[in-house]
Amino acid sequence: MATTKPAPRETGETPGEETPGNETPRNETPGNETPGNTKPAPGNGLGAGPGGGPGAGPEDGPEDGPEDGRHLNPPLLLTLLLLTAVMLQDPVRAALSAPVMQSWTTVFVAVMVQALPFLVLGVLLSAAIAVFVPPSFFARALPKRPALAVPVAGAAGAVLPGCECASVPVAGALVRRGVTPAAALAFLLSAPAINPIVLTATAVAFPGEPTMVLARFVASLLVACAMGWLWHRLGRMDWLRPPAGTSYEGQSRAAAFWGSVRHDVMHAGGFLVVGAMAAATLKAVVPAEWLRAAAGNPVLSVLALAALAVLLSICSEADAFVAASLTQFSLTARLTFLVVGPMIDLKLFAMQAGTFGRAFALRFAPATFALAVVVSALTGTVLL
Amino acid sequence: MNRVAQSALLFLLGATLLHAGTTDLYLRYVKAGLRPLVLLAGVVLIATAAATLWYDHRRPGPPQPEHHHNEPRISWLLALPVLALILVAPPALGSYSASHTGTALTKPFGFPDLPDSPDGPLRLGVADYAGRAVYDDGRSLRDRELQITGFVTLDRSGAPYLVRMGLNCCAADAQPVKIALTGSLPPVLAPDTWLEITGRYTPRRTKDPVNDGPIPYLEVTRAKPVPAPHDPYDETWNA
Repeated sequence: MATTKPAPRETGETPGEETPGNETPRNETPGNETPGNTKPAPGNGLGAGPGGGPGAGPEDGPEDGPEDGRHLNPPLLLTLLLLTAVMLQDPVRAALSAPVMQSWTTVFVAVMVQALPFLVLGVLLSAAIAVFVPPSFFARALPKRPALAVPVAGAAGAVLPGCECASVPVAGALVRRGVTPAAALAFLLSAPAINPIVLTATAVAFPGEPTMVLARFVASLLVACAMGWLWHRLGRMDWLRPPAGTSYEGQSRAAAFWGSVRHDVMHAGGFLVVGAMAAATLKAVVPAEWLRAAAGNPVLSVLALAALAVLLSICSEADAFVAASLTQFSLTARLTFLVVGPMIDLKLFAMQAGTFGRAFALRFAPATFALAVVVSALTGTVLL
Repeated sequence: MNRVAQSALLFLLGATLLHAGTTDLYLRYVKAGLRPLVLLAGVVLIATAAATLWYDHRRPGPPQPEHHHNEPRISWLLALPVLALILVAPPALGSYSASHTGTALTKPFGFPDLPDSPDGPLRLGVADYAGRAVYDDGRSLRDRELQITGFVTLDRSGAPYLVRMGLNCCAADAQPVKIALTGSLPPVLAPDTWLEITGRYTPRRTKDPVNDGPIPYLEVTRAKPVPAPHDPYDETWNA
């Protein structure tokens, strides 16, 4: 229930907007505001700054202004888009009837239909964390020292059953709830790889190799903790899109919950579409013969499968079966595939850029990739 | 994108998922087991659309200040899966993917005895036949009349294969299991035609040109075109 006059309007958006919160006033340079949202709004000073601030990322800022200026009505635009698509459906179908395009569309739709339910689950969970779990809970549950909080959060990843689409919004909600980013990032990396569903799938896919499960668990947890500690030592808060300051005061919990769900689905969903399109393109374009050429060389095979894991963007619950079918590659190379895939791939990169900001994703993703390759190559040499 | 457009898009997305989940459409893209989650996601998305409209309507004050709460343009991309599913509804993966992916035959856990089939040929899955033929030297298949259903794929030289794709999670990880066909085949074989093949085991084998995987042959005696099955993917293997 909305209670007071201007407050609900402003605070209601705070969790969702990537606007700088109260603690980062230095970011609010009016020069970056677009004409559309510099209008004085009642209650602007209460919580979130005006949308489209510098922290909001390049895709947020400029978009409101022109639309306001041209008075383009988004619902009208959506209706026009749908009507045009319906009118043009025959040419569109004809264009998509070539086998390559058909297989592209099928894979694209498949990735979306597969990932959306898990994204929705993750978004529900992250909204529940953001609204119903008080920040003091995390302060009590996690050790005070970030260096200790990292492994605890990494191991806690084992309880989130799902694939990587769910862990991104949950990690975002953890940061917003005041969990130290280093610990939230360790959770982000470990959760999709070491939960019971994924480990069971790995055991089923590699019936003759029980050490594969152990190696996957060990290597994933190691990389997650190492990335958390690395962020603790080297990471800077201004790389991270600043989380909203205050949240949900003056607004009913139900309104805040649904507001958070709506916001996260719209954001992460848009980036999921980008990732799905990239994965479908590579699946349709990359010839399988290239893999055969790479399989002969031990170093090249590790790098090839690491790159393949990034490009294919397969859900972490299914990647073990794909790895099992890549029989021409060594077990260590396949372990790299299993460790890299849930931590960084095209779909995840797009979603991380959407949740934490582009500056963060551009630094975090290559570091994760390099560390994951090195750790899994070492783990594979020792254990497999 | 303002709140009204967002709820419209959320509603469309949810309705599309419900449509796919309540018909057999979803089986072209994901495993049958994902159905409850697909339906649940559709319901949650529609509920979110309704809640967005409801709280937007109840918020006091003029609508003007909400302009700076718009979501980024990338959210518009969510219209793409809606359009793709409603307007195009792409078919399940077929011979194009099958000919570009190596056979995913893996050694089965065991070879349980095949049942007797006194009145007619014994029905077998593509992966079951290929597994027994390759890894059990066809011991349980000899001297039996077999019936196998799959779709036709031609390789670059035009040689025909009977293929069934299997899913682990979604069509992005679909992998084929192939059987090479020999014997009395129809003169013209179009790729993607579903055939019910009656035939016998033969010890002849070949290698998949894509990944050198083993492909057994089947000596065809009769080939009958059949409609595509209810679930185009084989979910009995690597389940």
